[in-house]
Amino acid sequence: MKALILAFLVFFSVPGNADDNEQRIRQLEEKLRCLVCQNQSLADSNAELAGDLRRQVREQVAAGRSDEQIVAYLVQRYGDFVLYEPPFKATTALLWIGPFALLAAALLVLVAVLRRRKRAPEEPALAMDEKRLVERVLGPAPPPAGRDGSAQ
Amino acid sequence: MKRFLLPLGIFVLLVGFLAVGLKLDPREVPSPLVGKPAPAFNLPILQQPDKRFVPGDMRGKVWLLNVWASWCVSCRDEHPMLLALAKRGVMPILGLNYKDKNDEATAWLKQFGNPYELSVVDADGRIGIDYGVYGVPETYLIDAEGVIRYKQIGPITAAILEQKILPLAAALKK
Repeated sequence: MKALILAFLVFFSVPGNADDNEQRIRQLEEKLRCLVCQNQSLADSNAELAGDLRRQVREQVAAGRSDEQIVAYLVQRYGDFVLYEPPFKATTALLWIGPFALLAAALLVLVAVLRRRKRAPEEPALAMDEKRLVERVLGPAPPPAGRDGSAQ
Repeated sequence: MKRFLLPLGIFVLLVGFLAVGLKLDPREVPSPLVGKPAPAFNLPILQQPDKRFVPGDMRGKVWLLNVWASWCVSCRDEHPMLLALAKRGVMPILGLNYKDKNDEATAWLKQFGNPYELSVVDADGRIGIDYGVYGVPETYLIDAEGVIRYKQIGPITAAILEQKILPLAAALKK
């Protein structure tokens, strides 16, 4: 099957930049959002508008316009919403920084909790008279192992 | 007791965000065109195909550009509203007949009534793209200088007309 596709591609490919253009068109369509079915890219969508916009992208690539110019053309008409990756600006700052801010806050809380836990005075495991009671029942204590009694 | 305050606070905050999120309509994409000059076009008029219209012809007037099509179901919902508005004569309503067939569009206007001073034909939807149209019907309020002042995506409701479009139009006319 792969060989067949390859043969097909080789047979039909036009030498030079037509292939590059196809790839550019595909990449552009992947990163642009369809306005009608909002969770699909232009490349995935079957909506009629997506078809029209794909035609625009294709025509503009053929006319030699750069990716930036084509994206700007669509943003000018449909807003940043057509981009799956919105640009960084005042209104999107929270979107971009938010997750990192949350992560930093969570780390701070974690560090604070760990520190507090370390600082808290440890209660002696057994009071003196309890220890004596245990020794009387179980015999003398074995040589000290790990802190919590487990072998190390 | 105090140690529950922080999680509770975060919970209330989250609920607040979610409550607001529930009320937002993800289909309403803010248009970058509001506040910008209405894109130019030069299109044939639906019922007089030999004549053409450019938005510049409306300079000096506050007007509505309503994007419609005979295949658009919610345009039918909206239509009585436009007819009533046209009757009141508050401002001219022009139609942009979007990706439609001329005979079907004409028949549709005959059947449901024609609130438009004229409709222009955007058969392949290119001007629609210039106007950022993605869900017909859409309506643009354009001021005397040809600047888009408001964009309605989806049908105009009585509430939107009375609370947003008409007050804005009245203010723009001054």
